[in-house]
Amino acid sequence: MHDATLIKELKRKALEIRKWVIESVYRAGSGHPGGSLSIADILACLYFHEMRHNPKNPKWEDRDRLVLSKGHAAPALYAALALAGYFPVKELYNLRKIGHFLQGHPSMITPGVDMSTGSLGQGLSVGVGMALAARLDKRDYRVFVILGDGEVQEGQIWEAANAASHFRLNNLIAILDRNRLQIDGPTEEIMHDEPLALRWKAFGWEVVEIDGHDIEEILNVFHEIKHNERPTLIIAHTIKGKGVSFMEGTLSFHGKAPTHEQYIRAMSELEQEERELNG
Amino acid sequence: MVSAYVTNKMRNLRDAYSSALIELGYKNENIVVLDADLALSTKTKRFGTVFPDRFFDMGISEANMMGVAAGLATCNKIVFASTFAVFATGRCYDQIRQSIAYPCLNVKIVATHAGISVGGDGASHQMLEDIALMRVLPNMRVLAPADATEMEDVIPVIASLQGPFYVRIGRADAPIIFERHRKFRIGKAYVLRKGSDVTIIATGTMTAEALKAYDLLKKNGIEARIIHMPTIKPIDKNAVRKAAKETGAIITAEEHTIIGGLGDAVSMAMDEPVPMIRIGVSDVFGESGGARELMEKYGLTAENIAKQAKKLVKARK
Repeated sequence: MHDATLIKELKRKALEIRKWVIESVYRAGSGHPGGSLSIADILACLYFHEMRHNPKNPKWEDRDRLVLSKGHAAPALYAALALAGYFPVKELYNLRKIGHFLQGHPSMITPGVDMSTGSLGQGLSVGVGMALAARLDKRDYRVFVILGDGEVQEGQIWEAANAASHFRLNNLIAILDRNRLQIDGPTEEIMHDEPLALRWKAFGWEVVEIDGHDIEEILNVFHEIKHNERPTLIIAHTIKGKGVSFMEGTLSFHGKAPTHEQYIRAMSELEQEERELNG
Repeated sequence: MVSAYVTNKMRNLRDAYSSALIELGYKNENIVVLDADLALSTKTKRFGTVFPDRFFDMGISEANMMGVAAGLATCNKIVFASTFAVFATGRCYDQIRQSIAYPCLNVKIVATHAGISVGGDGASHQMLEDIALMRVLPNMRVLAPADATEMEDVIPVIASLQGPFYVRIGRADAPIIFERHRKFRIGKAYVLRKGSDVTIIATGTMTAEALKAYDLLKKNGIEARIIHMPTIKPIDKNAVRKAAKETGAIITAEEHTIIGGLGDAVSMAMDEPVPMIRIGVSDVFGESGGARELMEKYGLTAENIAKQAKKLVKARK
């Protein structure tokens, strides 16, 4: 449905995001590569196609908003923002460095960051507030909130889910990064979370499920949900650490930077993928 | 000096809050009010009746309310979020810290039912730590108005200033102290009596008690300086230092635990320490009882302020 050039371009952007995640976390010496890599494709589709925004005017009142509620995936958000032109790409070398604006978790001091996050469970409430503001001001912007699947164990998520449905906020779209891993283990083992889709449906949400690494599916879903009359949850099935073989599906890279050797391997894998894509 | 007398006219600060909100609502369409199923008690419901589109009852979900307030504030709304002080601050500390204070968003938390004078509901509802909790947050400013007149002066001022505020008021009706409205200034101490034997610095409900204590002390030949400190943060350092220097002894009075509240703020503001007594609740939880009975049992009265002041003055002689 979408033309091949666009899909290829977005795949390229997702790879660039992944490379910068590895680069910036490696240089910072700490950070969360796993959950950053799992949302790279989604962020590429949002910032380079789906969202209405203007990097030259980060506070534009009619822009679509994005709240990265799983704030520890900041390296992926920063990469997307830098590549989109919110700030120079070279700033990504300063992730987590004292005196620079790329904080360990998103802060509104960074151009393009719509909400400071980091303490899990709060972003969906903020999204509800933004969506209500759009309605009050009769503006047609949309609000995207990216949630972690471990994060939805927080009770406040469900307070917000309930409120979003109560106010019928169809301008609110939550994307759940379903990578099935949290720090202490597999999500289902730590605290059972199925039937996930049914739970959200019971709260009055429209729920759709996609492969969160399939660019075409991501683009299609955004198109399909455009006329929903209720808030929408996109359950994006993903792989933690996606794109780097030894990080994929493992717990060990939730919150750990790669060693020098791992960094070299990760970058060469991503570069290889890039060459294949450009073939 | 500001004219202030404890009159026998009683008025509830919550009524003053809702009147001020409605007036603001007419002037500024960016004012949005949130509550968490206590809109009849906090009186925000009155705003909701006049401006139904700009009032949201979030139900019994205070944490969510604070996040929603933050989200609205990122979109240029001036948000007033109200519930009881115990829920507004204790239950939502992390939401306020992460989503409001850290990004310095334009959310005004106006909490009612603060202090022990909540009465019959007991310790679970008598918030005595809220000033402490809010004071420690960077970007947060903390106010405790003394009467309904002052409450009406405070609300438009905090709405006009960018960034978060915490305003605490009690449940009970309170005597009118200020008969005239004034241009309220954040961070300014108001000297209500000019004495020089000892200084009594009071906030919120305790300012009326401090004024009564002045009369009691005067009968004993002691001229106390009475300072009303409606802004606990940022505190008026100059007024505190001047009082310490000129009167040599300070009493603080607050309907709050003696830890972390006005007493601590005043002691931090002093450059050279002087003898000081903190009147407040002494690191215990409250209990059920009548408002006045509780104030008396826990020493939050003019009589106790006067007694402690006499002690301080005597010790210096």
